[in-house]
Amino acid sequence: MVESSRALVGKLKGDKTMRTIEAVQITEAIAKLAVDANYYLTSDVFDALVSGQEKEESPLGKDILGQIIKNACIARDEERPICQDTGMSVIFMEIGQDVHIIGGNLEDAVNAGVAKGYTEGYLRKSIVGEPMFDRVNTKNNTPAMLHVSIVPGDKIKIVFAPKGGGSENMSTLKMFKPSDGVEAVKKFVLDTITAAGSNPCPPIVIGIGVGGTMEKAAFLSKKALARPLTVRNSHPDYAALEQELLVLVNNSGIGPQGLGGRVTALAVNIEYYPTHIACMPVAININCHATRHAEIEL
Amino acid sequence: MSEPIRITLPLTEEKARSLQAGDSVLISGVIYTGRDAAHKRMVEGLDRGETLPTDLTDQIIYYVGPAPAKPGQPIGSAGPTTSGRMDAYAPKIIEQGLRGMIGKGYRSAEVVEAMKKHGAVYFVAIGGAAALIAKSIKSYEVLAYEDLGSEAHARLIVEDFPAIVAIDSEGRNFYEVGQQQYKR
Ligand code: SF4
Repeated sequence: MVESSRALVGKLKGDKTMRTIEAVQITEAIAKLAVDANYYLTSDVFDALVSGQEKEESPLGKDILGQIIKNACIARDEERPICQDTGMSVIFMEIGQDVHIIGGNLEDAVNAGVAKGYTEGYLRKSIVGEPMFDRVNTKNNTPAMLHVSIVPGDKIKIVFAPKGGGSENMSTLKMFKPSDGVEAVKKFVLDTITAAGSNPCPPIVIGIGVGGTMEKAAFLSKKALARPLTVRNSHPDYAALEQELLVLVNNSGIGPQGLGGRVTALAVNIEYYPTHIACMPVAININCHATRHAEIEL
Repeated sequence: MSEPIRITLPLTEEKARSLQAGDSVLISGVIYTGRDAAHKRMVEGLDRGETLPTDLTDQIIYYVGPAPAKPGQPIGSAGPTTSGRMDAYAPKIIEQGLRGMIGKGYRSAEVVEAMKKHGAVYFVAIGGAAALIAKSIKSYEVLAYEDLGSEAHARLIVEDFPAIVAIDSEGRNFYEVGQQQYKR
């Protein structure tokens, strides 16, 4: 087995169209991304918090947003996690089809990176190995939630988006009838946000996945959260719906931390996909003000 | 925003009953930690006729599972976790004399009833402001359930720990008051 895979490596190395990437490069990249994502809030989220603080009408809400901004600055300057819940390691990986990974298998390399980053970066280990009976902590935050797609090219793009449990628990999914229409979807979003209230640490970011199958909609809702808050959907109808939902959600009065105010959400990001003639799945994934991500291209 | 009220622990029933929903507070003294796993063990112990690992009379529990401390720090980032997961256990702990809880998010009707009956207060800290909050924590010492890692039952010394009274001992709920005011 070992012999034959070595022979294969040789053959592939001779092939000019393949680029080799060592598994250990992936491990190192992921370890760094885990730490960076948890220490440094990205500028799109930071800027949205600052403009939210300007807009907020509630004095307590303004004060809370000020503390959240200060917290992000302390985390950055002192290199410590923004939030103690450093999340489950959600990783989106786009692997170019002309890349050949050598020196180990992909999943092991990814999990080794998570373990390294969470251990050396003093991040909290929040994963239990089995969800219902024993719930024993795996002690190194593995396994990752790894989503791989194969794309053209010879590069690997990695997006690391740690996801906290408090906001994840407030997520919902519903299989609508196509005849229910957009009004029913808006109501579903508002009901979800109202029920979640203060639990997902508002101001929140709302990721919505529409279409595909049940699992595709859920995946898209997560993917939507990794899109910069300043970028709207390229389809004008979805872009308009994102804006409208943001206004509706911010009229709920929930406000920062649910203690009342104008700024309940920083952004609504929607992703869609073709679906079956009988279906209209909608998934809502809520993220908190600590919407974290870091990315790299190898 | 009015000036925060300073609270030094222990928190007597009289002091607790003087706090009102919406008050900002700065808490100093000794507080204790516990999340769902620790609460489960405490309540299972009580059900077996044992006492709590710590006397919680007039004390505050902070629902937190901190990040590990870097060398030289007393504690890692340490913001509140969602309190609702402790709702199943909290009334029994309040009966044991617990005077305050610090967490984030809504509480069940059963918890609020127990708070009213025994004169306890529910504070919220800013969820996700974990690096900022950690600055007010001066020491961290595990007391029980060490095997639970960051979920262990621990003793913290805090100085000017920032929190807000979300539900007071009369059951007034600032989530409702605040949201009603800004709803359109
Ligand atoms: S919801 Fe987000 S900010 Fe709140 S505790 Fe969880 S990870 Fe932290």
